[in-house]
Amino acid sequence: MSIIDPIELPVPYSVDEINREFWKLCSTHILHFQQCKGCGHWRHLPRYMCSKCGSPDWHWAPSSGKGVIFSWTTVHQPMHPAFGGKTPYASIIVEMEEGVRIVSQAPDLPIEDLKLDIPVEVYFEARTEDVTLPFFRVIE
Amino acid sequence: MSERSIRGKVAVAGVGETTYYKRGQSPDAEFLLGLKAIVAACDDAGISPKEIDGFCSFADDRNDPSRLSAALGIKEMNLSSMQWGGGGGGAAGVLQNGAAAIAAGYADVVVCYRALAQGQFGRYGQGPQVPYIQGERAFTSPYGLMSPAQMFAMKVVRFMHEHGIKQEALRALSMASYHHAQNNPRAVMNGKPLTEEKYDNSRWIVEPFHLFDCCMENDGAAAILLVSAERAKDIKQKPAYILGAAHGSGYRAAAPVHNSGDYPSSNFSTVAPHLYRQAQITPEDIDVAQIYENFTGGVLMTMIEHGLCKPEEANDFFQLDNLIAQGGKLPLNTSGGNLAECYMHGLGLQIEAIRQLRGQSTNQVKDAKIALAAAGPMVSPVSTIIYGTEDTL
Repeated sequence: MSIIDPIELPVPYSVDEINREFWKLCSTHILHFQQCKGCGHWRHLPRYMCSKCGSPDWHWAPSSGKGVIFSWTTVHQPMHPAFGGKTPYASIIVEMEEGVRIVSQAPDLPIEDLKLDIPVEVYFEARTEDVTLPFFRVIE
Repeated sequence: MSERSIRGKVAVAGVGETTYYKRGQSPDAEFLLGLKAIVAACDDAGISPKEIDGFCSFADDRNDPSRLSAALGIKEMNLSSMQWGGGGGGAAGVLQNGAAAIAAGYADVVVCYRALAQGQFGRYGQGPQVPYIQGERAFTSPYGLMSPAQMFAMKVVRFMHEHGIKQEALRALSMASYHHAQNNPRAVMNGKPLTEEKYDNSRWIVEPFHLFDCCMENDGAAAILLVSAERAKDIKQKPAYILGAAHGSGYRAAAPVHNSGDYPSSNFSTVAPHLYRQAQITPEDIDVAQIYENFTGGVLMTMIEHGLCKPEEANDFFQLDNLIAQGGKLPLNTSGGNLAECYMHGLGLQIEAIRQLRGQSTNQVKDAKIALAAAGPMVSPVSTIIYGTEDTL
């Protein structure tokens, strides 16, 4: 069962160019993060300089798409009307192999099975014609 | 950092509060609430409001010093200062800024204030109610993560799992606030005691937070009047001196989204050492603590990061009996705090720390000489003040 309703749920809309590129690359079904050309440091969210070495030079690099569950929460009271009929649901933080963290959901993982460090991998679902979102599933 | 310190240079002369209301129930406009609290603080100190020459606030307070000065008939305004930061992270920093200005000679009588009528200006804690999400929120909202409660819950989940801390620890924190509110006639939750059963059966908002782990929404105002230590000798009240004051956060503490290095943190790990260095005391010297409850999990991490408890001791330490004014090891939130007295963005907790040192609390801790009051766990910047009586100087 997918918890995604393409009509009602909030979708990203970016006026910022590098944010827009992040979402655009999701439509390739390969997760990309920025990598610094100066020191090789990976970063997320998208931004214009490396907080580690200060270099303004970077490129989009493909992620392995694998990581572990770093934290989560189970939401019972929705804060947006589109989530009203969907509680309880879990939002998760995944720490990717590259070291960056990303917020997502693992809709097929039962809430009661959530714990730290479960290995997960990315998959993609189209939310609208223009927007494809990354989700995660457990690596068996 | 240098050996310079604010220790003993500035004192609290007066405190003032309006009646505290549930959200939307104030009969007064927010600006009038602010005026009333400031005048009350002046009356408490025995200082005319016209003598105020400095204003400090936080959390983007809407009631700016120029308007207040005109309304109060201030002779000259010499300081207008706003502490940045969302939520109540500035509730102690606002006093730090005011104290620094007095020590520097910029102003002589500084009022630190917060007026908040959520009923008149919209609520905190809500997510954007729109279908298209820009900026940082675009990376969380599609996944149902959009309010402070939800964001902070994830820090607390990680912290509790890393250290094996049980839900009962959060329950004890909530119950301590409610326990103290029952003796405090100002408290909005006075007359509404909380039991273990009531807590356990209350609805989840976002795990690990039940309803009673979350702060209230209120209307009201609070104000604290600061003067130099020399001036404090002439005031009506027993002065409470600032021994240490610090605000800030660690390396990339607010890195979006959930990418901070020290993630499961209240953000006090770099702030607390500066505080104790200035105050020249250790955590063991604290007689009573007032810790900002946006959510109980933040209180837990704040106490640990201030060295008041070790993580491995948390399940034993965070028990109601240890946290109450009536014989507890470390009395906590003795007014009822943000959970049960009033959510005045934490300024009420600073006032309660001062009240304890004057011997005026409705849950008085016997012989309290040193009080710690921390603001805004998990946001950035966070802030803390340590206050002491004259004996501690």
